[in-house]
Parts: sequence; C-alpha cells; structure tokens
Amino acid sequence: MTERAWRNWYLVPYGIWLVLFVIAPIVFLLYESFLDIDGHWTVANYEKVLTPIYLKMMAYSFWYAFLITLVSLLIGYPTAYWLTKTRHKQLWLLLLILPMWVNLLLKVYAFLGLFGTYGLANALLQTLGVGPRQLLFTDFSFVFVSVYIFIPFMVLPIFNALEELPPSLIDAARDLGASAWTTFRRVVFPLTLGGVKAGCQAVFIPALSLFMITRLVAGNRVITLGTAIEQHFLVTQDWGMGATIAVVLMAAMAVIVVLTGTGRKEGSR
Amino acid sequence: MNGEEIIRFERVTKEYDGMVVLDDVSFAMERGKFYTLLGPSGCGKTTILRLIAGFIEPTQGTIYFHGKPIHHVPPNKRQVNTVFQDYALFPHLDVFENVAFGLRIKKMKEADIRQKVSEALRFVNLEGYERRRIQEMSGGQRQRVAIARAIVNEPEVLLLDEPLSALDLKLRTEMQYELRELQRRLGITFIFVTHDQEEALAMSDYIFVLNKGKIQQFGTPKEIYDEPINRFVADFIGESNILSGRMIEDFLVEFTGKRFECVDRGFAPNEPVDVVIRPEDLELVAPGDGQIVIRVDSLLFRGVHYEICGYDENGNEWLVHSTKKAEVGETVGLRFEPEAIHVMRVEREDEGA
Repeated sequence: MTERAWRNWYLVPYGIWLVLFVIAPIVFLLYESFLDIDGHWTVANYEKVLTPIYLKMMAYSFWYAFLITLVSLLIGYPTAYWLTKTRHKQLWLLLLILPMWVNLLLKVYAFLGLFGTYGLANALLQTLGVGPRQLLFTDFSFVFVSVYIFIPFMVLPIFNALEELPPSLIDAARDLGASAWTTFRRVVFPLTLGGVKAGCQAVFIPALSLFMITRLVAGNRVITLGTAIEQHFLVTQDWGMGATIAVVLMAAMAVIVVLTGTGRKEGSR
Repeated sequence: MNGEEIIRFERVTKEYDGMVVLDDVSFAMERGKFYTLLGPSGCGKTTILRLIAGFIEPTQGTIYFHGKPIHHVPPNKRQVNTVFQDYALFPHLDVFENVAFGLRIKKMKEADIRQKVSEALRFVNLEGYERRRIQEMSGGQRQRVAIARAIVNEPEVLLLDEPLSALDLKLRTEMQYELRELQRRLGITFIFVTHDQEEALAMSDYIFVLNKGKIQQFGTPKEIYDEPINRFVADFIGESNILSGRMIEDFLVEFTGKRFECVDRGFAPNEPVDVVIRPEDLELVAPGDGQIVIRVDSLLFRGVHYEICGYDENGNEWLVHSTKKAEVGETVGLRFEPEAIHVMRVEREDEGA
C-alpha cells in the first residue's frame, strides 16, 4: 500500500466521529423538524417559525449576540493591543486564558453569588450610596456575564493578528507622516481585521445559541432561540419545533460564516 | 565642510537596557551628498538611522536638523523618509495606494496625488504597475515601490536601511547604479546603511566606518580604501595584508624583519605600527627579484585575477591578486612600490584584541 493510502487510514477515527456525532445528529434534526408533535409529516413547524413570536425571539437572539460581540470587541481589541506591548506577555496571556479552564457552569454560579441581593456587587454599590439594586435577571447582567465568558475568544485571535504584524509597518506609517491614531486606523486595524473577524465569529455564533447563561443570569426576562430550543426539547416535548428552530439557527450561523469569510485568507501573504 | 549642514550629531550615546550601542558619536552631514554608514552587524549603524528617523531617542547628546535640536519632534513631523530593510510595504494596499500613503495623510488633492504618484513611479521605472498588489511584485520591484513611496514625499533626507541586502547579486549591482543615479537627479541627502564594503565604495560620496558603537573613520571611498586609519578599517574595507611592524624613522618602516622605504611620516622613532599592503599592489616576480619571498599555498581563479595565498619565511600569510599564474608549492618573489605600503598607528583598543 502506498504512503498516501496509509495516510487516509489515519482519517478513519475522525471520520467515524464526524459521522456519528456531527452528520447523524444534523440528519436527525432535519428529519425531526418535519414531524409534528404526534409524529406526522408536516411543514407546519417552519410556518410557525415565521410567526411574530418566533421572529421576535430570533430578533432578540441576534440583538443580544450582537451586543455581546460588540462589547467583547470594544474591550478585547484594546486589551489585545496592550498585551502585545507589555513586558510579561506570557504571564498576562496565561491570566487571560486561565478562566477558560474553569467550568462554564461554575463561573455562572459564581456570578449568581456576586450579583445577588446580598452579593459583593451590591455591597459595593451600597457603600457608594447607590445600592442595593436589582442586578440579577437584568439585560445588563446577562450581557456582562456573557462578555466575561467570551472575551478570551475575542482577545486571542486579535492578539495573534497583532503579533504577526511586522513592527516595521508601523514605523513606515509613522515615517510617512501618520499620527499614532492614523497609523492605527489605516495600517494596524485593516491588517488585523482577520483576527477581528475570527474573534467576532468565535463570540457571535456561540452567543446566538446561549441558553444556560440566559436562564440562570437573565431569568425569564430574556428569551432567545437557545432557551426556546431547550424549552421545546425538555419541557413541552415538541421535538419537531425544537429541531426546526435548531435548523434555522444552524442555517443562520452558516450564512454568517460564509459572509464574514474564514478571516484567514485576507491577512495572509 | 563647505556645503550646507543638514544633520549634526553631538556626543550622541544610545543605550538599550544598559548595553551601549552608540558610544559618544559626533559628526555632521551636508545637504545633497550620498553618505554610507558601513560596519558589521551590531556596530550601531541602524541605530543612527533610527535616531535620525525619530523612532528612538538618544540616551545622551543632541541631534540637530538644520541647526535645530529635533529630540521632541515625532517621526511623522520630520522631513525625513526611510526605505526599510524589509521594505515595509503595506500588504493591504496596492502599489498606487502604498506610494500615495504619505500624500493622503497630508490631505493633498486627488488630482495632485495622481500626478505625483505616477511621477514617482516613472522615476523608479514602475509605470503601469499602479494597481498591482504588493504580493504580485518581485523583490526588486518591491524595492522600487519602497523608494517611490519615500521620495514622493520630497524628503530632505532619504534614509536607506540595507535596502539591497535581500536582492540577488546581479540585481543588487544594478540597483547600486540606479540608487546613485537617483540621488544625483533628486539632489537630496542619502544616508545609506550597509555592511557590504563594495557597495559602500561604489556608491558613496562619503563613508562612515563604524565598529562597536564608534565611528572608526570618516572619508571619501578612496581615502578610506587607500588610507585606512587602523587595523579594523583596513580589514573591513577589502582584503588586505596587515602586518605588525616598527617605524624606524620618517619614510622607513620595518616589518617581517626587513626595512622598507615608504611614504609615511610623523611617527615617533621605533613606534610600533600596523602595515597594510593591498593584495592588488603586490607584483609576482622571480624569487631573486622579490622584496619578499613566499611559498604558494593555494590558488583560486577569480575571473579577473588569480587569488594567491602563501607564506613567507617568518610564517606571515600573504594574499596576492595577480593576473599571472603561480603553481602551488612554487616559491615566488613579491615586489611592491613604496606607495603601496600604508602605515597605521596601533590603536590602543586593538592591542588587547
């Protein structure tokens, strides 16, 4: 057997994984989405998705995902930029990555404690004379906790893009008369757009299907597609409807990935 | 110095984390000349360039531009442009936009930008390449874009940081002519950094030879080549035979145990000196006619001449460039004129080395 043929054999474990846990579930989802609650063939689920209730939910999901991505970017880009300038790069990077190793649920529970009526945040607000306030179950806390969870996914690709940027390009821009801000606007930012795109994808797409943070931190105030899917599968047992929303969500994500490109091509030389 | 002074360094020192890269350097440069900063890597030549461009500030000392200190002038406000070693072209912009970058920042009118960019591109023989992507350009073409991008801003001083080092030999030689020609046409000051002595000799009006953060010698290429001031310069500028010797009196020097007539004077009697004789100044003769007799050890055909390496009876190595051929193992004589002998003071620094 030739070497190439052997190499193909190495793909077998991954191939099995792909079929069992990626392709099969998607096929099942598609299949389920065409069944009503009694198991009959129907397209009613898709008609229902287009009703105002679900459209509003979809709008909400997109709005919050957009908000989370935007805030992550606004905090993440300066952070990444500062990271490339700092002396102890590896240490700071580690501190940034460290929370990613902690279980997601654990972090969310920690925030329940912090943001609770008798939590640290309210104690602080009280000493400042503005509290106590209702922090949990608000849009603010939902976005805040989500940004906290997602920010490393935004910072890392941008950090990498900034690190790859040859420093001589910045010197060149300055040399040609550009101020620090113009240099950023016309050279640094356009050349790190690949990282920004990658970071936005890494935040926006998972943010679209959030349900745990939504449920725990936002309570029932914020209902997104993620929570709707969970409700249909676990509470109302309307798998068909749940599957339909999931299919629509996946289609939306696919469209986003295609539209924003892979982010790598543009920056490569 | 008779021309108008444009840049002056006064006792400039630059340290990085306690490492002295430029050590108390003073010099002046005049308008419209081609200067070369020549030296091995780490000698401080690029540091001087970056100080002039404004990317770094001196630890001590003052840099003057047109007689005014320019310490607190940021790089974007200096009448100086740089051609970078890696060209530093913006990969997200095409050739036209790269060249137009500086003009756009000055908020020049679109029509003027068009005219100036095409003028600059014509200057470097890149007409018709306006809409090419940087990635589609060859090394030599990128080099030209980088030059066009710098000169389009009409700087008073153009800084060139080893711009030819990434090119192959043939292209490099071609670009040497072009750069020299460009400097003449523009009439502005060029400061060219290189570690290649041939490049420096071929292109410059004046050369600064640097080593270990200090200027070793300043002069025209001919002065530097013919009258190297110390062992380092003699060794760095071209191949040479350097021998330790003793100055007996004016016009008489002793080395390899023999006394020779020379044209140098002004040394103390019996002062220890270094003697330089260039390989091309040695003539191959019959052993009986030679002032020095060597045994040929190796022979290389270099095209225009043979490079002959041999040892005299004291074990000194001699390098000879000759159009005559010698056989390995053969004994030959070497003749040279008194003018070929160049006597240098022994630098105190070099004694320890």
